[in-house]
Amino acid sequence: MFSYLARRVLIMIPTLLVISFLIFIIIQLPPGDYLSNKMAELQSQGDQAALDKIAFMRAQYGLDRPFIEQYLVWLGAWPGANGFEGMLQGYMGHSFEYDMPVSEVVGERLWLTIVVSVATIIFTYVVSFPIGVYSAVRQYSVGDHVLTFIGFLGLATPNFLLALVLLYLGNRYLGTEIGGLMDERYIGQPWTWGKFGSIIEHLLVPTIVIGTSGTAGMIRRLRANLLDELQKQYVVTGRAKGLSPGRLLMKYPLRMSLNPFIADIGNILPHIISGAAIVSVVLSLPTTGPMLLQALEAQDQFLAGSFLMQLAALTVIGMFLSDLALAALDPRIRLGAGGTR
Amino acid sequence: MDNVLEVNDLEVEFLGPEGRIEAVRGVSFRIPRGKTVALVGESGSGKSVVSQAIMRILPRAGRIAKGQILFRASPGAAPVDIAGFADDDPALRQIRGGQISIIFQEPMTSLSPLHTIGNQVGEAYRLHVGDDPKEVERACVDILRLVGFPNPERAIHTYPFELSGGLRQRAMIAMALIARPSILVADEPTTALDVTIQAQILQLMKELQHKLGMAILMITHDLGVVANMADEIVVMYHGKVMEYGTLDHIFRAPEHPYLKALLKAVPRFDMAENERLVPIREIKAEAGSLLKSKEPWPAGATDTIPLLSVKNLNKTFGTRKRSLFGSSKGGQVKALDNVSFDVPRGTCVGLVGESGCGKTTTSKIIMRALRADSGKVVFNNRGAPLDVVTMGQDQMLTYRRRVQYIFQDPFSSLNPRMTVNQILSEPLIIHDIGSEEERNARIQELMRLVGLNAHYVRRYPHSFSGGQRQRIGIARSLALQPDLLICDEPVSALDVSIQAQVLNLLKDLKSELGLTYLFISHNLAVVDYMADHIVVMCAGHVVESSPRAEFFRNPVHPYSKALLSAVPEPNPDSRLDLRALLDGKASDPKAWPEPFTLNGSLVSHMVDVGGGHFVRMAGDKKQEGGRP
Repeated sequence: MFSYLARRVLIMIPTLLVISFLIFIIIQLPPGDYLSNKMAELQSQGDQAALDKIAFMRAQYGLDRPFIEQYLVWLGAWPGANGFEGMLQGYMGHSFEYDMPVSEVVGERLWLTIVVSVATIIFTYVVSFPIGVYSAVRQYSVGDHVLTFIGFLGLATPNFLLALVLLYLGNRYLGTEIGGLMDERYIGQPWTWGKFGSIIEHLLVPTIVIGTSGTAGMIRRLRANLLDELQKQYVVTGRAKGLSPGRLLMKYPLRMSLNPFIADIGNILPHIISGAAIVSVVLSLPTTGPMLLQALEAQDQFLAGSFLMQLAALTVIGMFLSDLALAALDPRIRLGAGGTR
Repeated sequence: MDNVLEVNDLEVEFLGPEGRIEAVRGVSFRIPRGKTVALVGESGSGKSVVSQAIMRILPRAGRIAKGQILFRASPGAAPVDIAGFADDDPALRQIRGGQISIIFQEPMTSLSPLHTIGNQVGEAYRLHVGDDPKEVERACVDILRLVGFPNPERAIHTYPFELSGGLRQRAMIAMALIARPSILVADEPTTALDVTIQAQILQLMKELQHKLGMAILMITHDLGVVANMADEIVVMYHGKVMEYGTLDHIFRAPEHPYLKALLKAVPRFDMAENERLVPIREIKAEAGSLLKSKEPWPAGATDTIPLLSVKNLNKTFGTRKRSLFGSSKGGQVKALDNVSFDVPRGTCVGLVGESGCGKTTTSKIIMRALRADSGKVVFNNRGAPLDVVTMGQDQMLTYRRRVQYIFQDPFSSLNPRMTVNQILSEPLIIHDIGSEEERNARIQELMRLVGLNAHYVRRYPHSFSGGQRQRIGIARSLALQPDLLICDEPVSALDVSIQAQVLNLLKDLKSELGLTYLFISHNLAVVDYMADHIVVMCAGHVVESSPRAEFFRNPVHPYSKALLSAVPEPNPDSRLDLRALLDGKASDPKAWPEPFTLNGSLVSHMVDVGGGHFVRMAGDKKQEGGRP
């Protein structure tokens, strides 16, 4: 058990290293960088003082060095202008666009993103489970057909459209504020119950919007998985033992059909964070999605790179957690189904 | 007469997209208290549906249309009509699993892979007797010991996938019996098991019946099992009872033509030389000119060299040993240990043994699907010896045309997305034989050869029955006009009536087309019917090799004897003798009596006991670096 855990944690290190290298290649792919773009702009205006400052920044952030050296500096494995100062030391880099350290720019946004994501995952599971189970147990009933239809609607509706419709409805009938993640007067204020309540209120619409298609997809998968399991012989065995239908369902087929969902957790995390970008733009949510988009457009390389690194870390950790949960739930994975033949 | 169960005029129907199907049409029989009733019939006869109706576990589309199922929990008690309950009536659930319980054919799929044996076995006890955890655990341990688990205290914490097939079926029986039911319904309980394991399970069921005083409803298509177990027999065909009577009546004086036909279709040990099985529906094989015209053999090519010669094959598999987490390289399993035998041209060699003995590994090495660690396989290619183990790609192509394979499972061995035409023409296309018209002519001929209507070539495999699919598989293997056919349990997945049909077809084809067979089976009666020479394998060793008649007259090796005595014969006079099974140690080379004991310290050889009959016996002490 311990050795397995240790091995899994150790293997995350080279994985993240490889990912960081790939990320750096990708954000370096477009020609030029933030500062050279800026310099071209300033040169056309003839602002000598600003040009000097930019030249200083180029040296400061190592943009004049070769690619591999830049990468190593960013990573923290090579001395930069201020000595070893990179991700390994916990320093995320400097955002040119905002002209402050990345960690300060991202700061609260990352946490709010996680809040939105977790809320969405909970929403997805809470809604899709009862519906999926109902659809499978009452296959081809009127309820199944109606829910399936709604599910397909959910799959087919573009998220941003749904966002606009819900925003309108929420504002018109419930008096909910449009957009944002909290009431404006709480922004930048310390945490209070009022702020918390405001966040919950504002979370409602984004959660539904971001979660709809995932929920619809999950209903379909749960229904299909459970239908497969319900046919299996061990379910008949359970019935033949005299188990009541409800307990039979909970104990055997439902438990078996859980595996794919747990295995999915690792995938859901990054999917939600990147997939929600457009919705976040529409709803002007202060999450990481829009900022990542902007950072990539402006070639704000350290900001974009750090963002992507954080996403990658979340994914790797999510996979790790889902593997652990799977091993805990399924003895076949925990004990291994005998030797290989 | 005290009957624990009476079924009166039972009708069961299924409502499907194709309309209403009557699966059971007016069946009546009874089960006397403490006795065994066998329900016999081929697949589709409705016998399993009757058992599902009694348990009230019919699939969703099925329903009891008419009739009564009267159950008396104790002598003189008022009967309860099981057919009269609503689907989820708690009173029905109390009977189900508590008073009447069932065991199924497939012990692997019948148990949940996610729950421990103790959890699943104890569940019936918790539901019907009491749910004090200590008491449940004690009951579990008791019943597991009763069904012969070697270490029941440990077994309750194991998962089904950690157990062998035989132990899983024992766990299944324990689960059915833990609440001490009055009736045990056994739906083909041993069909998926080896003969030796089957004999043990049957014996166990008999003992338990005696101890617990329960009645057994045995559902099977194996008349050998019936003759060994049943007091009364119900023969079903197309949802109706054909014949009903005591064991003696059914086997000694069968009246109904269907039953007579069924009895004639089963291979027996006491068949006369050249006696043919009589299938219920005979098929006629027609060999056309195309398939008969084979490349001729040069004179004298097989006078001295056999068609296939296997010499000292060795193969070990590494097992991955897994602890709680992580895996490491574990022990090694010796799958084949100096396996040697010859297959002379024009004969049929039967390779016999239980699952795991290495017979399929051997056939895979012959097909070059696996590589042997050491040893030789030499194929006689029209007089030119071909070393199968070391041959290159181009020789392999020739070899593949000469040697073909017939698989056990007719369902998974045909691609469901290919038509019969595509299935049969694929080997011809791969080997670039003939033009399109020539190929079509050959396919037509192949279809006639296996007795199938040549118009069916555009159909997909799902529209054929198991026996027809197996014939398609045979046709595919014959498409390239091979010399040697490896038949890996070709009839073990088929019903008795179909089995006779396919066996006769294989026999006819052998003489018509001049084929040679390597026939792999665990069913000795089938091998007796097919083979000229018999090779018995156990735990990776060839333990006995003998001409057929000599082998059945005088089996020498203790394992061969155990195997022979484990075959249930369709004859009430020769019941199973379990003592010969050595308490399940028959397949353990260390437990064989002297001079057959193989424990690794002694060298063993095949000893000639006369008439081409060889038996493996232990010899001198193994010497360091010495020659075996």
